[in-house]
Amino acid sequence: MPTVRIPTPLRKLTDGNAELTVDGSDLRTVVKNLDAAHPGFAERVLDDSGELRRFVNVFVRDEDVRFQQGLDTELSDTDVVSIVPAVAGGAE
Amino acid sequence: MSTTTLSRPTGGATVTHLRCRECGETEPLAASHVCGFCFGPLEGVYDEDLVASRVSREGIQAGPASLWRYADLLPTLTDDPSVRVDLGTGWSPLRPAPRLAARLGLQDLWLKDDTRNPSGSFKDRVVSVAISAARALGIDTMACASTGNLAGAVSAHAAAVGMPAYVFVPASLEQAKILGAAVYGANVVAVDGTYDDVNRLCAELADREGWGFVNVNLRAFYAEGSKSIGFEIAEQLGWRLPDHVVAPIASGAMFVKIRKAFGELLQYGLVDGQLPTLNGAQATGCSPVATAYEAGTVDVTPQIPDTIARSLAIGNPADGYYALKVADETGGAIGHVSDDEVVRGMQLLAETEGIFAETAGGVTVANLARFVEEGRFGSGDRVVAVISGNGYKTLDAVADHLGPAFQVSPSLDDFQQQLADRTA
Repeated sequence: MPTVRIPTPLRKLTDGNAELTVDGSDLRTVVKNLDAAHPGFAERVLDDSGELRRFVNVFVRDEDVRFQQGLDTELSDTDVVSIVPAVAGGAE
Repeated sequence: MSTTTLSRPTGGATVTHLRCRECGETEPLAASHVCGFCFGPLEGVYDEDLVASRVSREGIQAGPASLWRYADLLPTLTDDPSVRVDLGTGWSPLRPAPRLAARLGLQDLWLKDDTRNPSGSFKDRVVSVAISAARALGIDTMACASTGNLAGAVSAHAAAVGMPAYVFVPASLEQAKILGAAVYGANVVAVDGTYDDVNRLCAELADREGWGFVNVNLRAFYAEGSKSIGFEIAEQLGWRLPDHVVAPIASGAMFVKIRKAFGELLQYGLVDGQLPTLNGAQATGCSPVATAYEAGTVDVTPQIPDTIARSLAIGNPADGYYALKVADETGGAIGHVSDDEVVRGMQLLAETEGIFAETAGGVTVANLARFVEEGRFGSGDRVVAVISGNGYKTLDAVADHLGPAFQVSPSLDDFQQQLADRTA
């Protein structure tokens, strides 16, 4: 199963776990399964239209999924999924 | 409740807590940059009553000749002088640029010359604020993700206060920038990847090591340092705002904070008048924000950078979204120019005004020229261009374009003959 690295702000949902193995052959399924095991997870990384939130970056095989197939990016059992908050400073 | 419980000691913190810019959730002051709820950026919330009670033109003018003259408008956690890092950063010259103005078809052009900072770029400003906050928070090791200039700034300021530093840079970086960080005794970590790869690595590391990454977990403090550029522009113009500002965009943070600075000067009655238009400058080889601007959207599509303007080579700019909103709000534009134009911009700036800027300065000047051609500025309008870094950092960029004008033997006849041939 793919390994998912959980950033600090989401660890409250994962009982403090920094890494989880999650079943799923693409990113969308992994998020769905994470949400099933840890309710509220999907809401934190996906916006109202079901796309990745503006301030969430997800890397698969060390590449931003926005350069791959987004939530449809395929995963193998040995892949590592990193969820990394974007680093924004904001304005006002 | 007695009144004393609400009062703060003179010289206390200017910020009281952190707040998410997107959803408004609050968190205590800490080395933390991400909202625990929605992942939005955290920002310091100022005690506006305290700031208003302290800040004045006279107080600022009596302050030090550095960015700390604006301490009341920056996110300081204590006034303890042993915490503040001041290498004389900021309060850089704002120079009239009549010869460049004439070449471009302007009459009232000014250059904010941030080539003059201790490590040669505006990054000394943000680092001064970030390391001062880190020390107040009890952090003992500094770090950053950098395209080069930030690495030098963190290394220099950390060295000056005896803190260890780890600076993460793309391995392909210009040698001058790697050496310019290593010389201060910092641990330079050359990462086999782009800046965006470096940034991601640091975002994951900041979660684990407890270090103060100035532009990651200290970003709420760090980014505010760029406001000092805007404060200085207004003060140096005699407490007036210009009509237009042109500044480079990498992450977009500096651009956004200049806008914020002007807003605060208006809010606290230090200036009056209209906000300038804020105009952003990118290189075509890394133009995610300019591309979004052209498309009329605030959604930035990441790019893989390929430009000589490496200090601006951020393909996934953290504040691109906010920079687009600032350009839109102020009626400004965000443009991009080719690498050839960048080099010509560097040469034009040096030849007309005697300022040798790094590639980012070439990007700014070349975009300024474009904006004038496009008729965005009236010929009599007051325009300020931000020149953010020193040319000695990016000699490679001009190496193929410049060289000795004459090659002579140490002989009077030889030189005079060549001179005569040349001028004939």
